[in-house]
Amino acid sequence: MNKTFALALALAAATGAAHAEDTLKKIKDSGSVTMGVRESSGALSYTLGDGKYVGYHVEICQHVLADVQKQLGLAKLEIKYQPVTSQNRIPLVQNGTVDIECGSTTNNLTRQKDVAFAVTTFVEEVRIAVKANSGITSIGQLNGKNVATTTGTTSVQTLRKHERATGVDFKEVFGKDHADSFLLLESGRADAFVMDGAILAGNIAKSKSPADYKLVGEVLSVEPIAIMMRKDDPAFKKAVDDSIKAMMKSGEIAKTWHKWFEQPIPPANTKVGMPPNDNTKAAWANPNDKPMEDYAKK
Amino acid sequence: MANWDWQVFCKNTIDGEVIPRCLGSGGDITYLDWMLSAWGWTLSVALLALVVALLLGSLMGILRTVPHKGLVFLGNAWTELFRNIPLLVQVFLWYHVLPALVPVLKGVPSFVLVVFALGFFTSARIAEQVKAGIQSLPKGQRYAGLAMGFTLPQTYRYVILPMAFRIVIPPLTSESMNIIKNSSVAFAVSIAELTMFAMQAQEETSRGIEIYLAVSGLYFISAFSINRIALFIEQRVQVPGMIGGSK
Repeated sequence: MNKTFALALALAAATGAAHAEDTLKKIKDSGSVTMGVRESSGALSYTLGDGKYVGYHVEICQHVLADVQKQLGLAKLEIKYQPVTSQNRIPLVQNGTVDIECGSTTNNLTRQKDVAFAVTTFVEEVRIAVKANSGITSIGQLNGKNVATTTGTTSVQTLRKHERATGVDFKEVFGKDHADSFLLLESGRADAFVMDGAILAGNIAKSKSPADYKLVGEVLSVEPIAIMMRKDDPAFKKAVDDSIKAMMKSGEIAKTWHKWFEQPIPPANTKVGMPPNDNTKAAWANPNDKPMEDYAKK
Repeated sequence: MANWDWQVFCKNTIDGEVIPRCLGSGGDITYLDWMLSAWGWTLSVALLALVVALLLGSLMGILRTVPHKGLVFLGNAWTELFRNIPLLVQVFLWYHVLPALVPVLKGVPSFVLVVFALGFFTSARIAEQVKAGIQSLPKGQRYAGLAMGFTLPQTYRYVILPMAFRIVIPPLTSESMNIIKNSSVAFAVSIAELTMFAMQAQEETSRGIEIYLAVSGLYFISAFSINRIALFIEQRVQVPGMIGGSK
């Protein structure tokens, strides 16, 4: 009895220690790794159903994990896909359920207290989508208008800050998710939809008549999007960073971008039609893991 | 294990600075201010919808027990229509679909639409309970009323309903508590109520655990208050010898 108890305790201690810090050791010992993915984060990370996950970030992560496998000399590495949501992604990375999160997570200072980020792979710009015939070309023209955005996104905060700073007074309407927010714009309940450029481009591409909508105006906010890992594991972060930096240097990351954002993608074979913006190109040229706050200072 | 950060509620929603007195002033809004305002929206939606639900539900429940086939059909149709479609779908029907069919509705604020959606949905459930309450009375009471020379409406007013409503107070209490909880769907049509606050504030602050705990607490307080009020009413109106009146 006593022996079993001691054994259980030792086991608990061992597993506890294993997932506390050393991700590389955990991957080597178990021969498997858990990738956090999103059900629908535009072309960054989405599901084709049947447990299949694809997208720009998913492909980058698969590349990174292939490099990790080589580095560890593993004959076989099993990748387990774990869908995560905005609400649970950080706790799941912290508690070790997810080893590497490949969704659409903004790297900011608050989150850096809880988790670590790889070098930025995509710099998202918050933009305004309007109906092409609305005549709206900038945020200043949204005074007194209904502006849609999605509950649970940083764009809501961006909009609030903008309202405060510029004195433009718009009425906010909130969609439950991006599809709902787009429906608000489509049905005329909102005059504009403020959101990450990639999400807007994706929704417009999938809409009934893409030509009826356009992205206008200034960039309202800039957010570095990065792959997320557990904090305080420099060896794993280095492995991930090195792999991504090599992709940036060889130009492979640009090819991956082209594949997901400028070519028809499954399941419907539609194009997002979004070339990389200047901030993203700059992040590829000079790899860094600066948080969102550093971009705002410029 | 978890490292709490309850100061998150004192943060300004614009720049995330902690405000000493925890409540913003001069245009500054803290997460605490925002949460209290969200609580207000939750209670407003729930209580107004409850009024709609009680009025319509009682009416439809009564109609289902009268000796007139047309009215019974109306009551039954109402009940089946509103209780067979999920609440979230009904909210979207009111918000997106009906205004597309009836353009006048486009000008109606989403707050009003969601009060009706939630009120109608719950009225179907209340109608069922009121009907059950009336049917649980011995048939003799109705005949006695009519034999006394009361008209049918008078029989309902003075004989049947006073008894039936006492019987259905416990299930009505559950419905009233449900309506507080169900009001969380209002976030889907951009009402800034507690659920929307929770989803948004946790994204902005990354302190989801604290925020969801606080919001859960407010939902509990709201629903539990309704429970206590209903219990008070139940005790005040109980009739000795009836269900729950055996003092």
